[in-house]
Amino acid sequence: MASKETPQFNSSSMADISFLLLLYFLLTTTFDSDYGLMRQLPAIPEDETEQTPIKERNVLEVFLNFNDDLMVEGEEFYVGDLKEKTKTFFTNPTNADDLPEREMRTIQYLGQMVVNKQAVVSLKCDKGTSYKAYIEVQDQLAAAVNELRDELSLTKFGKKFDDLTNADWREAIQKVYPMAISEAEPEAQGTE
Amino acid sequence: MAKFKSGEKKKVPQMSTSSMPDIVFMLLFFFMITTTMKENDIKVENTPPQATQIKKLEKKSLASYIFVGQPKPNYRGIYGTATRIQLNDRFATVDDIMAFISTERDALSELDQRSMTTMLKADENVRMGTVTDIKQALRRANALKFGYNAKKPEQQTDF
Repeated sequence: MASKETPQFNSSSMADISFLLLLYFLLTTTFDSDYGLMRQLPAIPEDETEQTPIKERNVLEVFLNFNDDLMVEGEEFYVGDLKEKTKTFFTNPTNADDLPEREMRTIQYLGQMVVNKQAVVSLKCDKGTSYKAYIEVQDQLAAAVNELRDELSLTKFGKKFDDLTNADWREAIQKVYPMAISEAEPEAQGTE
Repeated sequence: MAKFKSGEKKKVPQMSTSSMPDIVFMLLFFFMITTTMKENDIKVENTPPQATQIKKLEKKSLASYIFVGQPKPNYRGIYGTATRIQLNDRFATVDDIMAFISTERDALSELDQRSMTTMLKADENVRMGTVTDIKQALRRANALKFGYNAKKPEQQTDF
């Protein structure tokens, strides 16, 4: 039996074909930026129940006007300092009278913790506030909460909050520092 | 003094191009893997604001997008320069969001419906009045998982 050799496959056109494909993908590629600040919107209340009044010391009022000027607790404020202000607000390290009330609470995996009762940041803006300024403020507030979570997580579990894989641990830390940012409806003072 | 021999011709050996397909294939695979097909043509200006605390959207297939901004220059003749909302491929109003959300929701399986996320892709010059109207519409449509699209400060491209 004569052994027939299989003829060699000419692969010189391979480069051309793959170039074609490459060009196609190069042209259709878009690098979508799917990053963002994730939030949970509050559900619309089914009936108009009377809301329990929240003590003034438990609320940090943040307001952005139509000129993108920032006001915190009735005073003009610089955005760069907002993170520190928010951190002090949530922790109340000196147990000051004008900062949120604190209480001892036993939290699973963490033990006895001093947490604020129901501190909340109320973020209000004007209809004319720019989205850019609003996101900047949201970012600062989120940074404050995230830093507090990281600090707690590092001392308790030796890892940053984002690196925690145990869902129960994450939940425990979220209980101490919830993302307590209330986005109120804007006031219509400025022009749209 | 150094001597330059100009008359003598030296033959440069031919470069082997046999590794060219391999290199091209490598590039090809890179782009094939990183590619996401453009799902819809964005007709409004879309420069996301910058933020540092951004998180990656977990599942892209479960996200629906709302674009907000000024119409791009070539659409301004028809649609003007006022801020517009874009759902899928067309311009819409706040009232259309409810229908849009329910169509998007129906396209998902029952299990996925709860984790459906709405990403707001708004231009940084948009006013908060519009954004709040959208948020209220989403609350009415019971689409409560929500995200403000933003990009990292230092990056120039979305690489």
